[in-house]
Amino acid sequence: MKRRLLDATLAALVAGLLAVPMLGFRLVDSATGLSLSGRPELVAWAAALVFAGRLGLGFLRPAFAALSLPALPAPPGNLRSIAGWALTLFALVLPFLPFADRNLVDKATLVLIYVMLGWGLNIVVGLAGLLDLGFVAFYAVGAYSYALLSQTFGLSFWVCLPLAGLLSASFGIALGFPVLRLRGDYLAIVTLGFGEIIRVILQNWQNVTGGPNGISGIERPSLFGLSFKMVPPEGHQTFAGFFGLDFSADHRVIFLYFLILALALLTNLFTLRIRRLPIGRAWEALREDEIACRSLGINPTLVKLSAFAIGAMFAGFAGSFFATRQGFISPESFTFIESAVILAIVVLGGMGSQIGIVLAALLLIGLPEWFRELQQFRMLAFGGAMVLIMLWKPSGLLSNREPTIRLGGRA
Amino acid sequence: MTAPLLQVEHVTMRFGGLFAVNDLSFTAQPRQITAIIGPNGAGKTTLFNCITGFYKPQVGRLSLRHPRGEMLLERLDDHAIARTAGVARTFQNIRLFARMSVLENLIVAQHTVLMRASAFSLAGLLGLGRYARAEKAAVDKARHWLDQIGLADLADEEAGSLPYGHQRRLEIARAMCTDPVLLCLDEPAAGLNPRESAELNRLLLHIRDENGIGLLLIEHDMSVVMGISDHIVVLDYGKKIAEGNPAEIRNNPAVIRAYLGEPDEAEAG
Repeated sequence: MKRRLLDATLAALVAGLLAVPMLGFRLVDSATGLSLSGRPELVAWAAALVFAGRLGLGFLRPAFAALSLPALPAPPGNLRSIAGWALTLFALVLPFLPFADRNLVDKATLVLIYVMLGWGLNIVVGLAGLLDLGFVAFYAVGAYSYALLSQTFGLSFWVCLPLAGLLSASFGIALGFPVLRLRGDYLAIVTLGFGEIIRVILQNWQNVTGGPNGISGIERPSLFGLSFKMVPPEGHQTFAGFFGLDFSADHRVIFLYFLILALALLTNLFTLRIRRLPIGRAWEALREDEIACRSLGINPTLVKLSAFAIGAMFAGFAGSFFATRQGFISPESFTFIESAVILAIVVLGGMGSQIGIVLAALLLIGLPEWFRELQQFRMLAFGGAMVLIMLWKPSGLLSNREPTIRLGGRA
Repeated sequence: MTAPLLQVEHVTMRFGGLFAVNDLSFTAQPRQITAIIGPNGAGKTTLFNCITGFYKPQVGRLSLRHPRGEMLLERLDDHAIARTAGVARTFQNIRLFARMSVLENLIVAQHTVLMRASAFSLAGLLGLGRYARAEKAAVDKARHWLDQIGLADLADEEAGSLPYGHQRRLEIARAMCTDPVLLCLDEPAAGLNPRESAELNRLLLHIRDENGIGLLLIEHDMSVVMGISDHIVVLDYGKKIAEGNPAEIRNNPAVIRAYLGEPDEAEAG
């Protein structure tokens, strides 16, 4: 009892100290200028709340321990693949569901961008075990590749997409070479630096990238030459005109949604498949033990570079899509926080789990979007959700790994 | 006597002022188990690391007689030694791919063959039949070795969850899946109970006789060393102090001195 009281008092003290600068003062705008007024009662409330909460938790904990949240049974492989198919099916019909308005489809598109980025980073972090904190750099390379290629040479989105992927992949290799010997924390720091270098270059290379002003008026994609504009460019038809529909701006939103869905599914298909191929197994082996890999004749240089290149390639695809969806890009969109969010999606999803990443992207990107009504408490709710997840599933939402091959037959 | 499989000539490996291996020469024959013994710190593992390319010796030559010709190991990278020269190894502290399944561990070991069959995974990505056949062959080979080490029932388990003795045997099987001509085992019996260690002896003899490859063995467990070695090399402070068959080594005064220390002056006098 005494221990619990002491513990609660300590927590209340810490909360009180933190609350003084955060809640204790208020800026008052008066005729003579700004002044500070104290709000000690709020600090007291915060401390009291924490005291009560901590004390309550102290009493509840033994009960919790006895209860011990039911460890979710590891979902069997077929259940997981059923869930995967169900999610895919849902994603396919989503734009046509009655409650799906333009706003929802747009948010779903945003979530899918992050799902795709998560799947791309998952190759590098989840499979090959190379901690990359600068993944957004490849996303930026993809976006700028498309924007610049299309504006300079007038190439269409469909030509630029593979080119942007290739360019990003070569940047992945360029990053890979100097960091071949690094692992863990050291690798994380170098990749973090790489991400910032790319952003700083984009920001300062005024006459190519437009500097902080970014690039605007980026060409929108077309469907086999069918434009989604109200007035088509010369020699082209509009989508609505071709199918005899009334023009609606929703068509493009839905088209973009399906485009990113297709790209994301391609990424997923690729990952699922390559996990069962020698290079994919070598990635996972490299994550487990590099020295053992070398003793088995696996060249770690090739394995690492291929992981960097392929992960970067998918980020490049996603970047091109981002550029064509926004129509405007600037270095603002490619800050470190983006890398951190993508990494959080991969880690939260349970490293290496494809469906886990979808769930994590829904949580991390979808929740804050849907919680906009909460206004400034949005991030509080978000932070709370994160803490709960980490308490409940510290190794990610879905963290158990399925073998890529079974002796009885294919996994 | 046939031509040696591995010829170690005047190999010296220095760390700063410390001679971990000092002007060491010996040979290992094909179809023989060559044991390397010596007190702790005698340079046995350093020698292994030189042979498998993890260290590059400052002086000396390591030549391996391979069906494809003679290979100079000191000039190859570690992964090239495993891939082209056919030298496989196990580690003193087991290095399995712990979170991958037992079967996957054995499939990863056949990386080189599968890579070639799948054209760097590209053909596999497109689902061409050649890769499917190669993978099936790889699984068959893995199953063969699982039967040899008695782990066929545990093929789909996580390698890291196996008991210690099984992990040791799995690591040997994994090394064998690379189709080596020389297998280097770094203390395979460490931490095994007598029954497991007897099983290990049988496995190693089987590998020697059935696969016809040479084995190089570092071991402290004398029941293993004396029981199965054809040839023993004794190291102390990086130098070779004796060489011969088990009976010769057992009675060699230099070896006894290295292991038990010099007799006291007073006692001797």
